[in-house]
Amino acid sequence: MTAQHVPYMDRTRRYYAAQGFEKAYAWAHFEDTPFTPPGKPVAESKLALITTAALYDRQATDPRLVASGDTAEPPERLFGNDLSWDKRATHLDDLNSYFPIDRLSELVSEGLLGRVAPRFHCVPTEYSQRRTMTKDAPEILARCREDGADIALLVPL
Amino acid sequence: MSLVARHLEEAGIPTVILGSALDIVEHCGVPRFVFTDFPLGNPCGRPYDADMQRAVVATGLGLFESASGPRTVVQTPYRWSADEGWRDRYMEIRPEDVARLAAMGAERRAFRQEMREQGRVRAE
Repeated sequence: MTAQHVPYMDRTRRYYAAQGFEKAYAWAHFEDTPFTPPGKPVAESKLALITTAALYDRQATDPRLVASGDTAEPPERLFGNDLSWDKRATHLDDLNSYFPIDRLSELVSEGLLGRVAPRFHCVPTEYSQRRTMTKDAPEILARCREDGADIALLVPL
Repeated sequence: MSLVARHLEEAGIPTVILGSALDIVEHCGVPRFVFTDFPLGNPCGRPYDADMQRAVVATGLGLFESASGPRTVVQTPYRWSADEGWRDRYMEIRPEDVARLAAMGAERRAFRQEMREQGRVRAE
């Protein structure tokens, strides 16, 4: 049996409509999608790990900024209390269930991945797509390039 | 996150997203996506299940080399629970929630208005 996938866009629209917000959020949509084939085997590549979780217990009113951390000494946990995820069904108590730093290290040891880039990055999930496209995404790109990342693994909560 | 993946990919850095919001990601269009049909929050596998997490991440690594074009989606074979009730409960609006949600929205609008008046509104 295949269960019905959760219609997240529809649920979110209904949820905010119930809060009296009249204008429905318009999710990003594009006709064309970019594609870059890898320049070398994954086993020889340096991978940047990118999350939507935050380095600290950010409040809803705090500014959301691009942040980075050290992958050689990863944090014990990251935070997402101000983000939308299923807080009734699950939790963020196991870092590797949403930020697979130890799993990546194991895959490096097994030879499936070259190495993990020295920094991981936290992307703010902004209401404003323009802000994401003109400020945050270019900042993430710049940091990936500084670190010499060949490929990127993105893990949204 | 989909927008960041597209930006990196356009700039020559191949990307894979591991995630659970299939409709949102497909609506946007991303280069490569590993879909795990779990509640939002654990896109890399069940908490404390290292074997599953390793398999999900390995699927992602494999997709860098196996995808031959954009919008390539692979679904992992895992099921969250025999009880599928989590699907209906997410952002569920029960009759008893209606008044609370309306009040929450009013509070948010008032707060935004206050921020705007103080010039502290986030750039939108």
